[in-house]
Amino acid sequence: MYELLWLVPALPCAGFLILALFGDRLPRRAAPFIGAGSVGFSALVSFLIAYRFFTAPPEGEHFSQVLWTWMNVEGFTCQFSLYLDALSLVMCLVVTGVGFLIHVYSAEYMIDDESYAKFFAYMNLFVAAMLMLVLGENMVLLYLGWEGVGLCSFLLIGFWYKNPANGRAAMKAFLTTRIGDTFMAIGLFLLFVQLGTLDIQEMMQRASQQWAVGSGVAVAAALLILGGAVGKSGQLPLQVWLPDAMAGPTPVSALIHAATMVTAGVYLIARTHVIFELAPSAQFLVAVVGAATLLLAGFAALAQRDIKRVLAYSTISQIGYMFLAMGVGAYAAGIFHLVTHAFFKALLFMASGAVIVALHHEQDMFKMGGLRKKLPVVFWTFLIGSMSLASLPIISSGFYSKDLILWSAFASEKGSKALWFAGFAGAFVTGIYTFRMVIMTFFGEEKTHVHVKPGWVMCLPLVILAICSTFGGLMEIPSSIYHFPLFTHFMESALPAAPIPHEGLEHAELMLQVIAVIAVLCGLSIAVVAFGVKPQIARAVVATPFGAKMRDLLFAGWGFDWLYDKILIQPFLRTARFNKDDFVDLIWNGIAALSRGVHSLLSETETGHVRWYAATLSVGALLALAIVVLL
Amino acid sequence: MMLICIVLIPLLAGVIAWAIGRQNPGAARWVCLLACAIDLVILLTLWNNQAAMAAFAAGGPWLMQVNVPWVPALGISFHLALDGLSLLMLILSAFLGIVSVGCSWTEIKERVGFFHFNLMWVLAGIMGVFLAMDLFLFYCFWELMLVPMYFLIVIWGHENRIYAAVKFFIFTQFSGLLMLLAILALYFLHGHATGTYTFDYDLLLGTKLGSGAAKWIMLGFFAAFAVKLPAFPVHNWLPDAHTEAPTAGSVILAGLLLKTGAYGLMRFVVPLFPQAAIDFTPVAMTLAVIGIIYGAVLSFAQTDLKRLVAYSSVSHMGFVLLGVFAWNRIALQGAVMQMICHGLGTGALFMMVGAIQERIHTRNIEKMGGFWEVAPRMGAIAMFFAMASLGLPGIGNFIAEFLVLLGSYQANATMTSIASLGLVLGSIYSLWIVQRVFHGARENQAKLPDFARREIALFASLIIALVGLGFFPQPIFKTADPALSKLQQLAVAGQGAVQVSEAKHSGGNS
Amino acid sequence: MASVPMEHALVLAAVLFALGLAGLLVRRNIIFMLMCLEIMFNAAGLAFVAAGARWAQADGQVMFMMILTVAAAEVAVGLALLLGFYHHFKTLDADAAEGMRG
Repeated sequence: MYELLWLVPALPCAGFLILALFGDRLPRRAAPFIGAGSVGFSALVSFLIAYRFFTAPPEGEHFSQVLWTWMNVEGFTCQFSLYLDALSLVMCLVVTGVGFLIHVYSAEYMIDDESYAKFFAYMNLFVAAMLMLVLGENMVLLYLGWEGVGLCSFLLIGFWYKNPANGRAAMKAFLTTRIGDTFMAIGLFLLFVQLGTLDIQEMMQRASQQWAVGSGVAVAAALLILGGAVGKSGQLPLQVWLPDAMAGPTPVSALIHAATMVTAGVYLIARTHVIFELAPSAQFLVAVVGAATLLLAGFAALAQRDIKRVLAYSTISQIGYMFLAMGVGAYAAGIFHLVTHAFFKALLFMASGAVIVALHHEQDMFKMGGLRKKLPVVFWTFLIGSMSLASLPIISSGFYSKDLILWSAFASEKGSKALWFAGFAGAFVTGIYTFRMVIMTFFGEEKTHVHVKPGWVMCLPLVILAICSTFGGLMEIPSSIYHFPLFTHFMESALPAAPIPHEGLEHAELMLQVIAVIAVLCGLSIAVVAFGVKPQIARAVVATPFGAKMRDLLFAGWGFDWLYDKILIQPFLRTARFNKDDFVDLIWNGIAALSRGVHSLLSETETGHVRWYAATLSVGALLALAIVVLL
Repeated sequence: MMLICIVLIPLLAGVIAWAIGRQNPGAARWVCLLACAIDLVILLTLWNNQAAMAAFAAGGPWLMQVNVPWVPALGISFHLALDGLSLLMLILSAFLGIVSVGCSWTEIKERVGFFHFNLMWVLAGIMGVFLAMDLFLFYCFWELMLVPMYFLIVIWGHENRIYAAVKFFIFTQFSGLLMLLAILALYFLHGHATGTYTFDYDLLLGTKLGSGAAKWIMLGFFAAFAVKLPAFPVHNWLPDAHTEAPTAGSVILAGLLLKTGAYGLMRFVVPLFPQAAIDFTPVAMTLAVIGIIYGAVLSFAQTDLKRLVAYSSVSHMGFVLLGVFAWNRIALQGAVMQMICHGLGTGALFMMVGAIQERIHTRNIEKMGGFWEVAPRMGAIAMFFAMASLGLPGIGNFIAEFLVLLGSYQANATMTSIASLGLVLGSIYSLWIVQRVFHGARENQAKLPDFARREIALFASLIIALVGLGFFPQPIFKTADPALSKLQQLAVAGQGAVQVSEAKHSGGNS
Repeated sequence: MASVPMEHALVLAAVLFALGLAGLLVRRNIIFMLMCLEIMFNAAGLAFVAAGARWAQADGQVMFMMILTVAAAEVAVGLALLLGFYHHFKTLDADAAEGMRG
């Protein structure tokens, strides 16, 4: 069974090749079958492998498959090989499973698009690259997937290329993540020079043997990897690209910018957790980045008008939670949230996509409203997703995962009250912006006419994901309710358990849960009151000068775009334009001009008068004679 | 004998093409295509010769060589020799020869015969450069490449061709003269020290030189190779020459002519003057890093699409310079890979620009936009090569840049970290091409037919080659490895400096 | 017979040479310039002869013969050029020919 692992990335890749090479010759109907089918089969293989992994785990709880020798240079060897353990298995299931549902959804969503086949080609390529990312046994292969998903993100954000704004957003996304990637690449060089290998497991082993905890090399390596992770995962300070990435078609936002690619940074940190364990200061920074991001992005989501931008900021915020988990050493909790987030955020994006299509590509929430009756399936699934996002207790998967993170942030040896409080405040804000979105979209009076209703192809994935978002959390139930740590237990073969002391905190857990639940419910009620029952309250707040300023600041995502434009983009553009004609050329042209000048001076003496020549000749002869005689 | 054939075939094909080109331009094209194809077949057969490869890897002197006296009185011999490095470069030359004949199929309409004569003679000169192991012969071939290239630019070039051609000629000629001086100095110093006056590479290796003399002679060689490479700040001939040259000329320039510089650095500069080269390393690396960054920034600023691609060459070749001077196996393999992949990738970008110019009669990027709509195949291909140019994993260029940086990080971490910035800047200009030319709204209403079969075939062959190299680079490494290992040993031995150069001499014929 | 001292002969030669040169530089008529050239030739020849007499060597006279031949050839070529010149410019003014001006 495990030998079929190579099929998991190979199937979507084959789908991509078929669609890319023959896409315009195949009948239009064939595209979704190839596109979704390849991912579906890949998902099937993943599930079979997962079943096998549960029933008869491979030796050492991991399996690796060498496909061929990729590079073998004296001093550096790198196999093209896949590595499967609990972590990559979970990622594989998420990528193929959620990916498959999104592909199915796209079959209807994109049906009118002229580049139907191209869309599925890109999506398949993305899935293949993402699978390489999570299955790669060494850092180079991971980097291959890492850049590959970046490429697909670029292609798909700019999918509707005729609008230059989409292209700009695509470029922004690619370049911002590329900055992070470059840090990561330097990190790889550093790791290789220090440890002599880029095979991840080997590297981790050698690192733990060779480096002392807190040593400079470890910190440097961890920080460089973190650079890559924040770029890809849209964390501070490289989060600016993600809201703009919503320019792409909605299934793309669901797949790439919510469920899978943007969580790659979390995966990367989990994968290289040994290095972060060796660099406590860097790991603390991860937690701080996560906490800061989840707050900033949560507030920014409050002021957005575009429904997809709200979701984008909420994605940034939720990944902040995952980073927080990574930073406090609760890796399994972070991955757990990654999984539930993939369910409910993909659901939310797809449901919002259904709304957008129904309203004829209207994304402004201020022009929505009252869709509860018109689009019941969409409403209920969206509501379920929102409950999960806001982590309403018991009935939503988001509750279980977010709760685990908050608890770890509080109780872990690496956590602190401040980190917990950031997460707690974030949960409160999440409650507000989530239900603001629900109320503005589905309640109130109808403002735009609904002109198409989603068909069953679009609804089916919504329903399946709604079920997952409701019950997916039951994989892990906190001990305060009913001790059932299935997920963290499963992950223990790949990721160490969170360093939480077992004694003396039994009551604290339940108490914290209650507090968090109250905060969420408060947020929910505020949203209901301020945007549903009495909308004048919200209007009054933004009418004050401070409120208006605040709203503008939050709307602009705290002004990071403005800042980067001033300190990075404009100077670069100015330098480039200033030196467009290459000042070095001045040196060479200067030499040419000099010799031309000397030439014109000398050519003045060439009068063409033979008598003048004779005169200069005799003067020259005299001078020569004089020199000979006198010296 | 085979080696002489390899050089002779394009020379003869050139003459034939010139002779018959006036009456029958089509036949001239076919003759040249055939000549390159034959060369390619010969070279691939050589490559496939496992026994010879194994013997060479086991420590044989050369894969194949011809060594006949030419002017014995002056110690000049006609010495051609082949090792893995040369072989790879020759295969690249023959392959790009086919491509460049193919891409000028419709572009060149005037004096077809003479055009192909020049094309073939440049190619022969380049192949000779990759083969010559006698410094005098090397210099002859070095000059042989220049003149036909000059004619290619000056006769079939665009608006500002005379300026560009003269600039190209002066830069390369002047630096070539410096190299000639260096060769002569080496010749006399070696002759003075040992009593044998010779230009033979094998014999000159390990010449004991005073550190001052070694430094100046090394600089003479370096000047010539740096201009060809081109390294900052002697890169200025390149944008002009590229911009004005016809497409085939640009392909040959970017794909092959620049590689002769890199090849020279590997073959001559470091092995002949190891200590001087080590002392020079910080300067060379700095130039490389400046080149990488500077080229990338300038590339982005250009409005002439061809100039944009030309400046990107400056950036890419900086990686080669960096890799050569890091001088460890990883970086060297990376540099070889970069030479090959840059040849293919940038060659393709120039063909792309040529194809666009042929269709809409401008290279101005501001008059382009939205081409994807009418020419999706062209767009997809351009996207691929833009991705190659920014070093996307899965394409050969990634392997190259990754290995160069990985290797040079061992040598100099700071420089490498700065050079990595080139990865970001590289993506800016690469994406800019796609964004500005193919995305966005249609700006130019000129008719833009999509690629037809001939062009698709050319580009497809390049794409297959690059993707193949991206996933299966091992054959390249395996071929280059013994050669690089030998060069490295030579450099190490030269540092020890007590080696008697005769000991290395070993005769033999092909 | 008291021989003329060499110095006198050389001074005469120098004076002749200077006169010839001055004439060459100031006259614009090509015929006069050619005549001045002849004077300069003869000045040189005189110097040779004087020197030959002083050291009782035949070389001086040999050189004079040589100069005579050269002068004859020069006149032949010069006059031919002069005819061509006149034909082309319709004047004998040397300054009229300035096509080589840089």
